[in-house]
Amino acid sequence: MRDIPASDITALVARLYQDANFNLPSDVIGALEGALLEEKSLTGIEVLETLLKNAGIAARKRVPLCQDTGLAVVFAEVGRDVHITGSTPQEAVDEGVDQARREGHLRASIVSDPCFDRVNTGTNAPAMLHLELVPGDSVKISVLPKGAGSENMSRTAMLKPADGPDGIIRFAVDTVEAAGANPCPPVFLGIGVGGSMDRAALLAKKALLRPAGEAHIDPRLGGLEQKIMDAVNDLGIGPGGFGGVVTCLGVAIEEYPCHIATLPVAVNIQCNSARRASGRI
Amino acid sequence: MAITLTPPLSGHDVRELSVGDPVLITGVIYTARDAAHQRLIELIERGEDLPVDLAGQIIYYTGPTPAQPGMATGSAGPTTSSRMDRFTPPLLAATGVRAMIGKGERSEEVSRSLGEHDAVYLVAVGGAGALLAEKIEAAEPAAWPELGTEAIFRLEVREFPAIVAIDTRGGNLYSAGRARYRRSASRKSC
Repeated sequence: MRDIPASDITALVARLYQDANFNLPSDVIGALEGALLEEKSLTGIEVLETLLKNAGIAARKRVPLCQDTGLAVVFAEVGRDVHITGSTPQEAVDEGVDQARREGHLRASIVSDPCFDRVNTGTNAPAMLHLELVPGDSVKISVLPKGAGSENMSRTAMLKPADGPDGIIRFAVDTVEAAGANPCPPVFLGIGVGGSMDRAALLAKKALLRPAGEAHIDPRLGGLEQKIMDAVNDLGIGPGGFGGVVTCLGVAIEEYPCHIATLPVAVNIQCNSARRASGRI
Repeated sequence: MAITLTPPLSGHDVRELSVGDPVLITGVIYTARDAAHQRLIELIERGEDLPVDLAGQIIYYTGPTPAQPGMATGSAGPTTSSRMDRFTPPLLAATGVRAMIGKGERSEEVSRSLGEHDAVYLVAVGGAGALLAEKIEAAEPAAWPELGTEAIFRLEVREFPAIVAIDTRGGNLYSAGRARYRRSASRKSC
């Protein structure tokens, strides 16, 4: 058994959450640069150049890439042989998110009750923490600051098994079409297929952790990702939504077994500021 | 060549603008997003005075991050405009706001009311908050500082870049752009 103080988890989350907000991952920058070569719309090209320039300014000045510094989605893979001491994982992560907010001048974007008063918690916590027990004696943490513009346009559907891959493509394309310019295209799509209604949504979120340009290891799913990407790019929404040939920079599917009578599908849209960071204790 | 806008704007100023025109704004603009809009509309419905005279002004839908030392604001890009759709027609009617800056499509009602009240909808690049913050030279709360990032801020901007997305004649940048580059048949959303 390895003891890991909760304060180590807090410190790691605080560092990762700031890193993610200031530094666009290199694979995302690569995807934007690739899009610049493909885009045909002049306004679209200007938008892509603006986004690359923005990434440079954010990294150099340590200013958040986007004013929406996100709902803190945090995935923690905790080794079975780890004992976290001092506080609960949720408390440790929440403290890290708040510390990142203070040190990094990030925005507090969370309200305490969704229905009535909607009072800001002031800390940007609580985080949406997903804990997983894995073999080993280390803790891996991945943070995904998630902007609301793209989260608001994401959808879940319970398709019929007979809808099959074509139904999944149709639902993904329709979701992006309905989203239009709102999720800050060019977007990334995390798609969860199977499991249950809730599991599909979680898989979709988790899929957003996969680096741009990496296809699913199963070639059939990799092919489906490519088909969805092509169909979405045929929509013409383009960078910024101003029209263009690049609407989507990447599609990642994660799947799980499901009931004989169901085909749950969740499409989680991620904005062009596809921020994430990972670290291990 | 970008068109320079210096608020306050007249009806004539905005009628001159057409969809796709790049503009550079220099001068004072006011931020307002969800919570501030809610409060403005409540005051308008009760017939009370607003804390800011918005006649001829530009509203920017943004909730900046806190300012770092040496900066007027932190990251300050546009937020999704459609959340303000229900507030926009009564706000235009009551205040004489001439332009709003945001991102994303607006409702038919908003598009119509822009024409009725000689106002335009401008858009900035979503995801470019760090770059746009460099165009903001000063910021001070103008109303409801207790709303934090959702307060109304008075911003002094220099050459703040935006594009005309809906003009006073109902022209729409988004639908025109999408139609031009679309390579598949349109489908109804499911």
